[in-house]
Amino acid sequence: MKPPRFAYYDPASVAEAVELKSRFGTDALVLAGGQSLMQDLNTRRTRPDALLDINRITSLQELQVGPTHLELGALVRQHRLETDPAVRRAVPLLTGVTHHIGHVENRHRGTVGGSMAQADPWAELPTAAVTLDAEMVIEGPAGRRVEAARDFFTGRGTTSIAPDELLVAVRFPLTPADAGWGFVEVARREGDRAMAAAAAQLRLDDAGRVASIAIGLTSITDHPVRAAETEAQLLGQVPTADAVAAAARAVEQQVDRADDVHATLGYRRHLAITVTQRAVLAAVQRAQEGDRP
Amino acid sequence: MTTQAHMGADPTVQRVITARINGRDVTRAVDTRTTLADWLRDELDLVSVHLGCEHGVCGACTVLLDGQSVRACLLLAVQADGHDVETVESLSGDPNDLHPIQQAFHEEHGLQCGFCTPAMVLRTKEILEERRERTDEEVRQEISGILCRCTGYQNIVNAVQCAARKLYAGSPAPIASGTGTGGSTDPHPGA
Repeated sequence: MKPPRFAYYDPASVAEAVELKSRFGTDALVLAGGQSLMQDLNTRRTRPDALLDINRITSLQELQVGPTHLELGALVRQHRLETDPAVRRAVPLLTGVTHHIGHVENRHRGTVGGSMAQADPWAELPTAAVTLDAEMVIEGPAGRRVEAARDFFTGRGTTSIAPDELLVAVRFPLTPADAGWGFVEVARREGDRAMAAAAAQLRLDDAGRVASIAIGLTSITDHPVRAAETEAQLLGQVPTADAVAAAARAVEQQVDRADDVHATLGYRRHLAITVTQRAVLAAVQRAQEGDRP
Repeated sequence: MTTQAHMGADPTVQRVITARINGRDVTRAVDTRTTLADWLRDELDLVSVHLGCEHGVCGACTVLLDGQSVRACLLLAVQADGHDVETVESLSGDPNDLHPIQQAFHEEHGLQCGFCTPAMVLRTKEILEERRERTDEEVRQEISGILCRCTGYQNIVNAVQCAARKLYAGSPAPIASGTGTGGSTDPHPGA
């Protein structure tokens, strides 16, 4: 249980990191918070030639609330999403999901960018990003590009980041003042991986009908997805408990995972429907109550 | 641990780092692949840093990095360069003059085999920095990142609450014992 040999680099700037990524390509791995990568190194599931520790790049630690977006540098620690009132005001769903990421010891170190780039199917922040139509800011030798979250996650542990690129920030649209959010996760124990989770954010019109809605699902396929059919069924409807329960059934067909030690396919389908239903109802309640700081 | 010492000139393999360890600056050459947990335990002889799973699950190697609890097995020693690290050795080493948190674990029998105890004590120190009362249920959640394989959680929760009372004694903030599960204040539970 000791890391294998690697060449350790700790670039001081994004440009330097991108230069190293260009040089090493897939033979280098980026070390951010290390809450997944250090596990893989200690157990030697991975043996990179080079480790690029980006923790010294101070520009990646910045958090900015702009006129339209909350921009989180890739190195913003997850714990800050829980504790910084600016995050809770700007995008309350982020604060809500973060508590479910591992344990606080992991969140003290774990980063926003690391969670996105790791792209674990059970991860909460990628689901929040897909739900809220976040944008990934990626830097490479040719400069910066911006990619929609829903195009960024391409499979289990895979993203659209090229070997010579670095994820530098994630931009979340500011949550409208009248929006409500919900996040419900089922895991075996506190801090365990989600067997299923759903994030929802919606707005209601004056007649109490759903004016806009977004639902993201965790752990039901190999990457986070939107519950498009459920969203479509609820849009324009009054979200009564019955209507939400009926619409949530549509996610059953999206569950695409074989039985594993955590859950059978049948159980995961059941959970997917249940967490979707509960997350939407929580969002409805917050939208009705105007539960904003 | 120092099999690559002869390669010390290569900074991708070995570095000289300075970290503040329990209040003292320590400068050493470290292999870049050495974890913080191994470095503290094997090189600095801080044997309170217990290695259980060595991949971030059990929490036995928890230390405070710049005041925040982290799993030392998921950090490289080189990453502690320029930072402040605290292990339980920073509390009292005198059995007759224990730190209030240590005293609370003693009084409440907040340990059985002791393997998770340094981590539990440091986590307790961290959460009690935030001077507020917690229910027993909240304490359970706060310590959920550290496994007690003896499953002696009830007495650990009691010890955390006892430590809070000791540390907050004389504080203007009201201190209540927990209202969640259990919450015995009996110094000899189960006796």
